[in-house]
Amino acid sequence: MNSTPRRRILGAVAGLALAGLALAGCSAPSGGTGGGTGSADDLDAALEEGGELTYWSWTPSAEAQVAAFEEAYPNVDVELVNAGTNTEEYTKLQNAIKAGSGAPDVVQIEYYALPQFALSDSLVDLSQYGFGELEDQYSPGTWGSVTVGDAIYGLPQDSGPMALFYNKTVFDEFGLEVPTTWDEYVAAAEQLHTADPTKYITNDTGDAGFATSMIWQAGGKPFQVEGTEVTIDLADEGVQKWTGVWNQLVENDLVASVPGWTDEWFRALGDGTIATLVTGAWMPGVLQASVPEASGDWAVAPIPTYDGEPATAENGGGGQSVTSQSENPALAAAFLRWLNSDPASIEIFLESGGFPATTDDLSDPEFVGVESEYFGGQKINEVLTQASEEVVEGWQYLPFQTYANSIFGDTVGQAYADKRDLAEGLAEWQEQLVAYGNEQGFTVAE
Amino acid sequence: MTATSLTGRTAKQRGRWIGWAFVGPFMIVFALVLVAPVFYAIYLSLFREQLVGGNAFVGLDNYVRALGDAKFWESFLRVAVFLVVQVPIMLCIALFAALALDSARLHGSRFLRISVFLPYAVPAVVATLMWGFIYGERFGLVGNLNSLPGVDLPIPLSSEFVLAAIGNIVTWEFVGYNMLIFFAALRVIPTELYEAAELDGAGQYRVVWSIKLPAIRGALVIAAIFSVIGSFQLFNEPNILKTLAPNAITTFFTPNMYAYNLSFAGQQFNYSAAVAIIMGVATMIVAYIVQLGGSRKEAAR
Repeated sequence: MNSTPRRRILGAVAGLALAGLALAGCSAPSGGTGGGTGSADDLDAALEEGGELTYWSWTPSAEAQVAAFEEAYPNVDVELVNAGTNTEEYTKLQNAIKAGSGAPDVVQIEYYALPQFALSDSLVDLSQYGFGELEDQYSPGTWGSVTVGDAIYGLPQDSGPMALFYNKTVFDEFGLEVPTTWDEYVAAAEQLHTADPTKYITNDTGDAGFATSMIWQAGGKPFQVEGTEVTIDLADEGVQKWTGVWNQLVENDLVASVPGWTDEWFRALGDGTIATLVTGAWMPGVLQASVPEASGDWAVAPIPTYDGEPATAENGGGGQSVTSQSENPALAAAFLRWLNSDPASIEIFLESGGFPATTDDLSDPEFVGVESEYFGGQKINEVLTQASEEVVEGWQYLPFQTYANSIFGDTVGQAYADKRDLAEGLAEWQEQLVAYGNEQGFTVAE
Repeated sequence: MTATSLTGRTAKQRGRWIGWAFVGPFMIVFALVLVAPVFYAIYLSLFREQLVGGNAFVGLDNYVRALGDAKFWESFLRVAVFLVVQVPIMLCIALFAALALDSARLHGSRFLRISVFLPYAVPAVVATLMWGFIYGERFGLVGNLNSLPGVDLPIPLSSEFVLAAIGNIVTWEFVGYNMLIFFAALRVIPTELYEAAELDGAGQYRVVWSIKLPAIRGALVIAAIFSVIGSFQLFNEPNILKTLAPNAITTFFTPNMYAYNLSFAGQQFNYSAAVAIIMGVATMIVAYIVQLGGSRKEAAR
């Protein structure tokens, strides 16, 4: 329904898999001044004592994980609810928070949306339960995405370090070299489109998630958040590096104007119209599920860079958090700890095609060395796990990123549509974000 | 005499209470699902709640802001253009189809009636998705036609044509519905009038102009009012097409979409309520003007 397309395999598959569970009862505990104080010992005690939990998730692995958890801890009863995919769920969560009741104990939240809920004290700071000790288990990029200052507002479940997915068949046919820098990428775009005007290096009609990740990769830090003080600079050095490259593609009509996650998009990925995708490590699952006809065509390479120094960014991905409305935050935290750190749970997650956030799995030879049949036998996880170590640090999302993404099309999207300088669109985006932030009570500097 | 008048009054009083008992269930539902939400929306619209800093009473600030909001006026103007262009086209097609059916000169009129009405039975969401595929620039029907030599159709989902593309979908959906309203009104015209017209030597066009159209004026006004309301409430079609044309359709493409996105994407429930109330009032005014125009002509006759 809403603008943010489903951008993860989790979302893509779960919508079908768990649709039947939607609305299956939202009888979460009411009121609740949870999120008080506790300690790591409380978690084991809570698991022993048992109780009831509600868990909102749209991941395809959730059902099996809950079943495995209930088997391991028979005293705990977890009710799984699919409250919709990303923005749909966030809207419901926001409404429950506003109403003061109806929120689940544990909820799935993507990294970009987490600061918004963390800010409004809607989530429990898990550092009181000793979650700080878990830091080493996760890749630095994902850990940074669930923490605000010293507070820990969730545990990472999956990650989406960006890589270059390219259609090898098309590349071979037109004699293209796999680009390692963005200049080479632009050159390949020109070469391909000139040789066959129906083919494009990639598609892009303006996608907030993609644009912010690209700015992240370029070293940009357009959003700086310190409590309620926000700085927005969508013209910083990193942003300029990205627009410098991407403008060449947009202004010269070198990207296909096919919106992502549409029927046209999947067909264009299948027939070679779109020759590359720069996207998160969860993409193989989507390709396999939705573009089966292109099996054997695609390959993975590291994302092109600006200066030859390896650097990438996270795109999509998320984790789970405990809400402040939870009446049993210790039990909820214990479930969360099991969900995203217990090997049994993570195994189920991996089986469902997820790309992990846990370093043990990212360095597990069995995971890294797996040969993907769809990718013509390539060991794609070698490239993707390498990428997860090269994520540029220090990125922050806005505390109102879901709104920001929703108006991306109104502003930057217009620059895409008119094939003009993206910097103009970004300036317009910034203007509206500053106005919104100030209206909402933040102190926004530019 | 006194006695009768007394009993008469009590009977009348009792009658009044019985009347209330009959409409009571309706009134309760009416109050719960219509009056209460409207008052709650008005109440909401007088406050401003921030993500940081809580809730505050702001009086009519939200209304003042909405009336000076360029996005609101852009969306308002867009549905106004839509109304002025699409509604007459749709009603004319529906009227023509109804007159054609009523003329009894068609072969297979039952089939025609069903097939024209059928799109109304298709849910708006499905209809929009279907048209979305047809409009596809690469793999849709438009794309296929454009790949033929010498054919160069405009792209329906581009910024320039997307409103017309939506108008086409809405017309497709509602021609049958309006046709049925007109057709039903035409069927109740007394046949004596036609006989009299025949005796007077009036031709078919004269009959249409002097008997049929005046006789269904009421139905025309009703259909026009429904269409006006429908235009101002335009939401489903653009909101679904937005996935296919994310840049051509903004979050403030129509007033309803604007209100929806303000509250569900931006958490600006209060401002959104003000926008909704303004649109409600504007719709009422325009619908009233249409009705007034219709009935004044009737009175003038």
